[in-house]
Amino acid sequence: MTLDHDHERLPADVVDSSEPPAEPIANPGLPAHVWRPTDVDPKAEKRAERQVAFLFLLSTVCAILFVVAYFTLDIGGDPDVFLGLGASNVALGLTLGGALLFIGVGVIQWARKLMSDHEIIEYRHPARSSDEDRQETLAAVSAGIEESGIGRRPMVRNSLLGAVTVLLAPAVIMLRDLGPTPNQVNDSGIPGAGLEHTLWTKGERVVRDVVGTPIKASDLEIGDLINAEPAAIFATNDEGEPLIEGVDLQVAKSKAAVILVRIEPQDITPGPGRDDWSVQGVMCYSKICTHVGCPISLYERTTHHLLCPCHQSTFDLADAGRVVFGPAARALPQLPIEVDSEGYLVAQSDFTEPVGPSYWERDSN
Amino acid sequence: MRLLNRSAGRLSRHRRGPLAGLVLLLLGLLLSGGLYAVLAPAQAQQEETDAEMVAKGRELFLVGCSFCHGQNGEGIRTENGNQLGPPLAGVGAAAVDFQVSTGRMPMAQPGAQAPRKRPAYSEEEVAALAAYVASLGPGPAIPDESDYSTEGMTDEEREEAVSRGGQIFLTNCTACHNFAGSGGAMPEGGYAPKIRGVEPRFIYEAMLTGPQNMPNFSNTNLTPDEKRDVIAYLESLDETPEYGGFGMGGIGPVSEGMFAWLVGIGGCVAFAIWIAAHTTRSKKDKAEPEAAA
Repeated sequence: MTLDHDHERLPADVVDSSEPPAEPIANPGLPAHVWRPTDVDPKAEKRAERQVAFLFLLSTVCAILFVVAYFTLDIGGDPDVFLGLGASNVALGLTLGGALLFIGVGVIQWARKLMSDHEIIEYRHPARSSDEDRQETLAAVSAGIEESGIGRRPMVRNSLLGAVTVLLAPAVIMLRDLGPTPNQVNDSGIPGAGLEHTLWTKGERVVRDVVGTPIKASDLEIGDLINAEPAAIFATNDEGEPLIEGVDLQVAKSKAAVILVRIEPQDITPGPGRDDWSVQGVMCYSKICTHVGCPISLYERTTHHLLCPCHQSTFDLADAGRVVFGPAARALPQLPIEVDSEGYLVAQSDFTEPVGPSYWERDSN
Repeated sequence: MRLLNRSAGRLSRHRRGPLAGLVLLLLGLLLSGGLYAVLAPAQAQQEETDAEMVAKGRELFLVGCSFCHGQNGEGIRTENGNQLGPPLAGVGAAAVDFQVSTGRMPMAQPGAQAPRKRPAYSEEEVAALAAYVASLGPGPAIPDESDYSTEGMTDEEREEAVSRGGQIFLTNCTACHNFAGSGGAMPEGGYAPKIRGVEPRFIYEAMLTGPQNMPNFSNTNLTPDEKRDVIAYLESLDETPEYGGFGMGGIGPVSEGMFAWLVGIGGCVAFAIWIAAHTTRSKKDKAEPEAAA
């Protein structure tokens, strides 16, 4: 499109013709073009050219420095450090960022200083195709339908429809993987599998998480908190290899995780039928929030409140895990505990209700 | 053997000398006097000082602490049943050392959180207060430096301690104090304080005594070695360079998102405005504007 061609269509020119103006106020058109220094001064033009080339050169230098930094700066065990930051990351980021930035700045400088900056007007065209085009297209479609014979050959048509419909089946059955995995099904053979059960059984020792040492009731002072797991998590065979490992271990741990707290016995209001579920004020609760299953151990010793960091559900551990605040709908499941012959804390049974978030098959109470 | 016999013989030759009695007397006096100086009076002196310390601590306590904690440290409840100050029998010297040395106590006013501030008492005064409160009932003593110091560990021991301490920290402490020890919000206006750069003694005492709403991690819960491992882990966090760039307080996506939206996107917008705003124009006309067409 040439400048002259554009110029013909400027409304400012139309005003001069004998026809009355279409608008009540004449369109003033575009202001007169003002030149840039680089348009009128060859020296400025040369300078801008050199600036653009210099920016592109800077980008090249940055890209080369990136390669140099990649190979020279140490990472890993004994990394190079720059201002307390990993030197390699800083150098790679700055050089790659610079390489991209300088190309961008150079292109902008090029466009603003050297490329033509004439204003151009382009008019909008109607979106509707012309009648001829539309008729032509419709004729082509009818011809296609006629020639393929899709109306005359129902067997071909129906079998195609059937094939496409059945093609949905692979997509649908893959949704199954979103549901319970074999590990979560009760009859999978893994101890404590299924949504309704955990690793806890009668006589299962409560041990400290991470270190796996058993716990006596006297180990806890008033206000103490212990993050604990069933001893089976740390069980090993004769060769010292863990009995449960991998995904099974993670699933078992995440369901069986508990916290032990010791509360002044006179502060405790045991739930109905839970009078013998604690040992000298030591109580054991599931660590998994009943809202959406975050692990919770934000415990306030003075209020006996346990807070979930995800959505602020708050449970009163002195009052059978009752929900005192937040979106959780059910009380925190309590694990009944007692003391074994050696004086260590053990579970009386599994949890009496499923731990973790509610799901549709479970009884809500 | 022969040498010994010979020197014994030489000594025994002088045993009836005129000065022998005097020397023996002096030696005996020196020995008994020295022993007495080392053992007996030191104990007597110490006991006296302890009693003095408790008395001095009680004086300080009556002035600075008894308004909330009661004149005998029995604790005071407000009319509506809230606790103004908890009873102090059995909290031990470690709790006093933690609360007063970090300036948390005395509080400027009752509230949800006792913030760390400049301590109001000198070291001797803190020791006196601790001695008085410890005399109210048995409780954890101020830990010895050997309990919490990670000095003198070999590199291997330290590596092991950091790895074990990290797991203990992530299991027991992260929930409130954040994965990088930056602290976090708690209900009803409280917060778990930042624990990076805190003196190891105070971290150890906090675990031992469970200040304010923090649960205890007494020595039967978390052994002294495990506590020291946690301290070693926290120290290693301070020593580790920030691989990923500026940590921005290590409080998670909030600060990073704020930075990206305000500084990152804001910078892009400002740059774009600057590009569009600065357009130098010349007053001169181009020699042959037609040539450009």
